[in-house]
Amino acid sequence: MIPEIGHFALFLALGLALVQSVLPLYGIARNRADCLAVAAPAAIGQFVMLAVAFVALSFAFYANDFSVTYVAQNSNTELPWFYRLAAVWGAHEGSLLLWMTLLASWSLAVAAASRSLPREVASCVLAVMGAVSVGFLVFTLFTSNPFAREFPAPAEGRDLNPLLQDPGLVIHPPMLYMGYVGFCVAFAFAITALITGRVDSAWTRWTRPWTTAAWVFLTVGVTLGSWWAYNELGWGGWWFWDPVENASFMPWLVGTALIHSLAVTEKRGIFKSWTVLLAITAFALSLLGTFLVRSGVLISVHAFATDPTRGVYILAFFAVVVGGSLLLYAIRAPRFDAGTEPVAALSREGLLLLNNIFLVVAAAGVLLGTLYPILADAMGMGRISVGPPYFNKVFIPLTVPLVVLVGVAAVMAWKRTRAEVLRSRLWAPLLVAIALGVLLPWLALGTNGVVAAAGCVLGGWAIATAFEDVLRRMRGRRVKLPRAVVGMALAHAGVGVFVIGVSLVTAFGAEHDVRLAPGEQASLAGYDFTFKGTRHVEGPNFVSEIGDFIVREDGEQIAELFPEKRRYNASGQTMTESGIDAGIFRDLYVSLGEPLSGEAWSVRIYHRPFVRWIWAGGFLSALGGLIALSDKRYRRRERAAKTVTADTRARVATAEA
Amino acid sequence: MTRTRRRRLLLVGGLFVGLAAAVSLALTAFSENLLYFYQPSEIASGQVPTDTRFRIGGLVEENSVERNSDDLVVRFTLSDCDASVPVRFKGTLPDLFREGQGIVAYGQLEPGGDFVADEVLAKHDENYMSPDVAEAMQDDQGVSCMPTNMQAQR
Repeated sequence: MIPEIGHFALFLALGLALVQSVLPLYGIARNRADCLAVAAPAAIGQFVMLAVAFVALSFAFYANDFSVTYVAQNSNTELPWFYRLAAVWGAHEGSLLLWMTLLASWSLAVAAASRSLPREVASCVLAVMGAVSVGFLVFTLFTSNPFAREFPAPAEGRDLNPLLQDPGLVIHPPMLYMGYVGFCVAFAFAITALITGRVDSAWTRWTRPWTTAAWVFLTVGVTLGSWWAYNELGWGGWWFWDPVENASFMPWLVGTALIHSLAVTEKRGIFKSWTVLLAITAFALSLLGTFLVRSGVLISVHAFATDPTRGVYILAFFAVVVGGSLLLYAIRAPRFDAGTEPVAALSREGLLLLNNIFLVVAAAGVLLGTLYPILADAMGMGRISVGPPYFNKVFIPLTVPLVVLVGVAAVMAWKRTRAEVLRSRLWAPLLVAIALGVLLPWLALGTNGVVAAAGCVLGGWAIATAFEDVLRRMRGRRVKLPRAVVGMALAHAGVGVFVIGVSLVTAFGAEHDVRLAPGEQASLAGYDFTFKGTRHVEGPNFVSEIGDFIVREDGEQIAELFPEKRRYNASGQTMTESGIDAGIFRDLYVSLGEPLSGEAWSVRIYHRPFVRWIWAGGFLSALGGLIALSDKRYRRRERAAKTVTADTRARVATAEA
Repeated sequence: MTRTRRRRLLLVGGLFVGLAAAVSLALTAFSENLLYFYQPSEIASGQVPTDTRFRIGGLVEENSVERNSDDLVVRFTLSDCDASVPVRFKGTLPDLFREGQGIVAYGQLEPGGDFVADEVLAKHDENYMSPDVAEAMQDDQGVSCMPTNMQAQR
């Protein structure tokens, strides 16, 4: 019964989404206020329906209702309850439901905030979001119904993929999807700008907080994904340039470009068309990411041949959304007032333009490497894959100048900055950065190298310039700094922390594959790992061999690690759980390979200096975004918006006349 | 030529050079890192060069896995419908590696005909087989020659 309620709620949500998208657009075309007024209530109704559907599916998982095919395929009675709930988004159908529920939540938020927006703008934004929702609901209901039943119901489910049974997975996809879907709000604002023909400072002020919020979620999502891969895959790596990772990274790159270009549009009234185009691209890449990961294209293009409906629908939907927006863009964007002032090279907007070029080119490089194998396969050009060295070779040369720019941009003023000003403000951070670059690896790890030092100088540069900016603004003043400034400084410092982490773990990370029998020991980077043996343990839905390793430094015990080899009962799959001793300056990481003759195991030992800095940097940047989001200027928008509404009404009236 | 014009020309020229450099960099890196996929019968018939890294896929033959007792070197045979290739690998094998399982390996072919793998992948879960391997396990008529129990699992 409950799955049917969920299924029915999805149909109702589809109806409401249709109303939410069609009526307001008609209202704009005919200038009918009653049609515009429908948008917000319809969005609220759609949210309620999707929430009902989501709860219904969660309940089916919680209650082990294996008559629901999706539940039977992704759950099991032995699975602990929190993983049963997380299994809702463990595969294609449920991920789509999560996507739509989050989209409805963002719509709800827009509807709630819509009182501070002109009615035309709020309704148009909700209409565009409703249209996207219609596309997803139709796709879900007709090709990927999570509530489909199967009778007779199997007695036991097939279990959630053990790789996904990890706390990281419980929060990683919702965060990532919040980011993806959040860019739908920016996209909807961009389409609204194209429809109404207005990109002014009011428009950017409305769009910025939504975009920053989406970016914060996406940053957290990507960072969590990297952390999960490190913990769960047992290979000691934090980024693999896997298509699944790239799918989340491309919208992040373009989204970052969008945040910066929005700043220029707000402050200087230029780059308008570019900003709108970036908003469209960021959402297009989010859609691509959603479909790439969950639709099975990555596993095989030929999966589409066996089930063409999904593939054809996805391609058609993608073509309508992206093609339609670009068509609208081509027709309407030339009408934006482009501004005639030239952009000076030595100005904040000049550097932000460079920042955008680097980010977009980097995203294009990642896109090429990710999609080329799929296209080549689809066109019968042979089975090809693109190795990680490609991504490193393209990506690193593009990011190095970007981090240099991060430092310069903070001290650069809008319009024009004199070179002497830059010199007087940048020499101190430069000295700090050089000192940090030389001393940090040496003090923390007792070793040094050119690459590591260069990386630390670069990271130190981003941190030191962020601090310089904050310190200089605070000097001699009692007033509090605007949160936007603090947020920017933190986000940029986060980039620096990230760069230091990447450089040091790449330069000094070490690993050792070794065969160890109980009592034997292996050494790596000055640490001695003694293998004491394994013991057999039974978990809730798996049996496990747990290894016991004593780690000593200079003869003194500093840690005891318990890596596991699990075998999951339902699927019979084997999984490696690594044993990690985490630290600010280094991780020690042990994972069990396979049992060899006797009691011996093949064992992988890793020394990962500064690896935590990578995720710390990501979270710091996200925190910076969060602080910028709480800036007073966005809370004051209510008053500002009211004057704008009056202004728009006047304008509509003149247009009518 | 006025000063602004000259400056503009320099800017455009600079942008062009930068763009050309970026594109050539990307394309070189791209072509250097394209990895082709071959299957055992292609290797056995001598179509595959010995000096480049590539991917190979097939089934790990039953009873072919041999380990050295003192280090981590593993030898096994990888086969498709028509031929098989000896593979050597040093290191830790993935969790899902076992005899009768489809795997993909990265590495180079030695002149002697052994494939030296530096990475072995057995992905995701045991119901799933890499599409490359699945295709490799078909004969000319497209009929799979996988053991029937593997076919049932797909």
